[in-house]
Amino acid sequence: MSLLDYFRTSKASSASLAKERLQILVAHERSSRNQPSYLPQLQKELLEVIRKYVNVGQDAISVNFEQNDTQETLELNIVLPDHQTKAP
Amino acid sequence: MARIIVVTSGKGGVGKTTTSAAIAMGLAKRGHKTAVIDFDVGLRNLDLIMGCERRVVYDFVNVINGEAGLNQALIRDKNCDQLYILPASQTRDKDALSQEGVGRILDELKKDFKYIVCDSPAGIEKGAHLAMYFADDAFIVTNPEVSSVRDSDRMLGILSSKSRRAEQNEEPIKEYLLLSRYSPDRVKLGEMLSVNDVQEILSLHLLGVIPESKSVLNASNSGIPVILDEKSDAGQAYADIIARYLGEDRPHRFIDEKKGLFGKLFRSR
Repeated sequence: MSLLDYFRTSKASSASLAKERLQILVAHERSSRNQPSYLPQLQKELLEVIRKYVNVGQDAISVNFEQNDTQETLELNIVLPDHQTKAP
Repeated sequence: MARIIVVTSGKGGVGKTTTSAAIAMGLAKRGHKTAVIDFDVGLRNLDLIMGCERRVVYDFVNVINGEAGLNQALIRDKNCDQLYILPASQTRDKDALSQEGVGRILDELKKDFKYIVCDSPAGIEKGAHLAMYFADDAFIVTNPEVSSVRDSDRMLGILSSKSRRAEQNEEPIKEYLLLSRYSPDRVKLGEMLSVNDVQEILSLHLLGVIPESKSVLNASNSGIPVILDEKSDAGQAYADIIARYLGEDRPHRFIDEKKGLFGKLFRSR
């Protein structure tokens, strides 16, 4: 890299980085704000039940709640391991 | 009809008390009888910013508990006879304020005052909750800085779900953005979030931008709300904010960087 290039390359400004981080964070926090309060507990209990039968990690399950004008959707996503082994 | 304005932010140190003092004085100077209440129980400071700290005899909690009447506790401002201050208590009892008690005092104030400004403490605990609960309008004070913007958004969530208006399915609280400690020069350099950035993230109606200004510290040093420093940029910014809040059309100022001498010589059209 020549000296000229050094002056030419404009680094992404810290303000645009801040904006990007905030947009992601705020969107995430807004969506979780509208979720029913029982969701974390539901997720925990579901995980316990599933672990009785399948050996999955803590993050193998995700519960998503979505809401639009007409309906509410509860989406449950469980990632099973490649080789299903029974939990001890 | 009296209107209750809460000045809130979530984050501390962004200028809530400075703003409360300035807008209460601004409204009173326009001839509207205004009361400003400090909700920061245990950490009273509005009295100091308003310069009436030596005249506090009774406080908000005394009135709620019936130990003093409202007229005994309200302090008439020395600069404006339309402005009254209700100081916070210095008690360490967290439960000194009750929803019922605050509601009762606000109802009593509504009979006599046009505007009631509630200076919220930082955080989302009881004091902050009660400061916003009965509000009609909310002034969200935000600095162009990540943690402040995030906390403001969190506060917006609370306003729209936990306030009296939300609970009783009434028309929601009107929310306004006041962007404080703004440095146009740093925005130009890409070092600071711009007004548009913050507005885009929070999607709020902008009531005004208050520039980073030496006059704010000078004002608090002397206990005179900065809006009375009519020559200062921050004072003028607050005067604009009052005008816009009252429905007057004022173009936004203090958003573009100040031109230095060279800028004036070479860049001006």
